[in-house]
Amino acid sequence: MSSKRKIGNVWIFIEQDEGRIADVSLELVCKGRDLARRLKVKTEAVLLGSEVGGLVQSLHEYGCDNVFVADHRRLRYFSALPYTRVIVDLVRQHRPNIFLFGATPTGRSLAPRVASKLLAGLTADCTELRIDDFEDKSRKQTLHDKLMQIRPAFGGNIIATIVNTWEDPQMVTVREGVMPLRDPEKGRGGAVTEVKFSEQPEDLAVKIIERSREVKSSSLKNAQIIVSGGYGVGGAAGFKLIERLAEVVGGAVGASRAAVDAGWVDHDHQVGQTGITVRPRLYIACGISGSVQHRAGMAESGKVIAINDDPEAPIFSVADYGIVGNLHEVVPKLIKAYKEK
Amino acid sequence: MSLTILVFAKQVPDTQNITGQAMKEDGTVNRAALPAIFNPEDLCALELALQLRESHGGKVVVGTMGPPGATAILRHALYMGADETILVSDRKFAGADTLATSYTLASAARRYGKFDLIVCGRQAIDGDTAQVGPQLAEKLDLPQLTYVEEVQSVEKGRLRARCLIDGGHEIAETALPALLTVVSGEQPPRPAGAKRLMQFKKAMTRSELMAKHANSNYEDANLLAEEEEALRAKRLWIHEWTAEELGTESERIGLAGSPTKVKNIESVVLAGKGFVNIPPTDQDIGKLVHELIEEHILS
Ligand SMILES: Cc1cc2nc3c(=O)[nH]c(=O)nc-3n(C[C@H](O)[C@H](O)[C@H](O)COP(=O)(O)OP(=O)(O)OC[C@H]3O[C@@H](n4cnc5c(N)ncnc54)[C@H](O)[C@@H]3O)c2cc1C
Repeated sequence: MSSKRKIGNVWIFIEQDEGRIADVSLELVCKGRDLARRLKVKTEAVLLGSEVGGLVQSLHEYGCDNVFVADHRRLRYFSALPYTRVIVDLVRQHRPNIFLFGATPTGRSLAPRVASKLLAGLTADCTELRIDDFEDKSRKQTLHDKLMQIRPAFGGNIIATIVNTWEDPQMVTVREGVMPLRDPEKGRGGAVTEVKFSEQPEDLAVKIIERSREVKSSSLKNAQIIVSGGYGVGGAAGFKLIERLAEVVGGAVGASRAAVDAGWVDHDHQVGQTGITVRPRLYIACGISGSVQHRAGMAESGKVIAINDDPEAPIFSVADYGIVGNLHEVVPKLIKAYKEK
Repeated sequence: MSLTILVFAKQVPDTQNITGQAMKEDGTVNRAALPAIFNPEDLCALELALQLRESHGGKVVVGTMGPPGATAILRHALYMGADETILVSDRKFAGADTLATSYTLASAARRYGKFDLIVCGRQAIDGDTAQVGPQLAEKLDLPQLTYVEEVQSVEKGRLRARCLIDGGHEIAETALPALLTVVSGEQPPRPAGAKRLMQFKKAMTRSELMAKHANSNYEDANLLAEEEEALRAKRLWIHEWTAEELGTESERIGLAGSPTKVKNIESVVLAGKGFVNIPPTDQDIGKLVHELIEEHILS
């Protein structure tokens, strides 16, 4: 008998709302499929909701080999207790190797609860996932084919690789936009596994009274041109200049966290590890130093123009064009040049 | 109904001021190298708890897991209006990831006894994981409401709150006891009260009391006991609970209780792709704009 333990599959939690799958879930299906191929296992989705059968086809087309579906009135909206119970039971039964969640409010409320119940490790906001071996020095053993959970950590220019050394599943959350979305393969089929749901008294502890969804005010995600302002902009009044440039060139407004924290611009506009990941054709960074967390959200942009009065600012390392100077002088010049084009 | 509310807070390094030197080789943070502050969203949690106490009666108990110096945030909690504070501290707790942390905090909540509500900040600014709140709720078998912006009512053992969800809001109701994680709401956390500051700045733990007497030549156990009694009477006593007092299992706390391990830490090499330097003159900027239009990057 081989002593080698059979590796479990790669799972993705599918977040849906009123019959629409969240983009981040589809992005994770694409990434999950790459990981599953590397490990020679299957890609499986976990879909909870009410009357969600219609979503299965699209999950197969994006690359799922099997979809676990728990369909019940009580599961229509996310609720921590019943969702956790269904998922924990499934994990105990099927033992997945890897389990991916979107780092949305739902994913960030559900994944920790599931991980706590399973005594599994969980890493938040990964920006890269890879399979590799891990030498566990404290226990003097080499673990093969583990999930490298890579995220920018503490402080400026540091990237940490984190590994779950306990039993599977290896759980992570990933923000929307971090993993690229590939086109679905039309007509691709797959399996469906129905999951029985039985109501429990604990499901009544939390009741949703009312829900309202607003359209996101920032259209950053799909913008082709983004003009971003950072702490160097200097104030809410100064931020108007950034908005002005964005308007003139037909772009969207982005921001660093420092500018958001200062209250000059809404959190919807934050680009970076804990904001939105963007891939515009052109990214203009004004008064942004270029911390690793910020770069994590914009480094894949087509062309980057950096405007900063500090020639040593790290933002220049990801720039195609660098303008060393005071943004309050440079940005009006850009506006003028564009108008005179 | 009068409410006993536990608030769990964290002392965090001020992430606005982090440098590479702040990392230790094992991948953990060298807190000593950074200024330590009260985690901002935990202040919002405390503010919410104080408001609930003001409208419903009861008491607010603030706990933190951390090194001995974390008593700074507990004293701050007293200045803001907390009734009682607890430091959960032991070398053995060091290196805990969120799973080990939530287990330890759950042990502290159990040790405290009966409560109606636990309030935590949604996340701490050092890791931004938002994991400890839901994990603590699970460990204590409590229902949870996360991303709470405002509590609207507490009635007949149920609490109603407005919560952030992806792309919108939700009004949800939970049975009590329950756990809430809080984001910054409309009401900013109150400042330390000047009177309370004078009153509570001498609040201390047992370790701090012993340290105060470390150099005195009368190491009299009675004296310590008397002082402790006096501090307790004036509500200046910060409870200090160790692993032993909490009865935690050693394989579930600290590094041993943490499934996630840091494999390595890399400094990002900023070799750069070599950018074109544009002097900040009208002429050069004009040329750049033309170039971008020709390449169809700008239209
Ligand atoms: C867990 C975690 C997650 C994070 N997530 C994010 C995230 O998602 N997104 C994000 O952006 N940050 C994030 N951060 C914060 C990040 O570390 C930085 O603090 C932040 O990005 C800095 O913003 P900034 O570049 O605008 O400000 P600063 O670093 O203060 O830089 C300001 C820059 O402006 C320049 N400047 C000043 N005046 C002028 C002028 N007149 N003209 C031109 N240039 C000028 C300065 O030279 C400087 O380079 C996160 C941090 C942590 C710990």
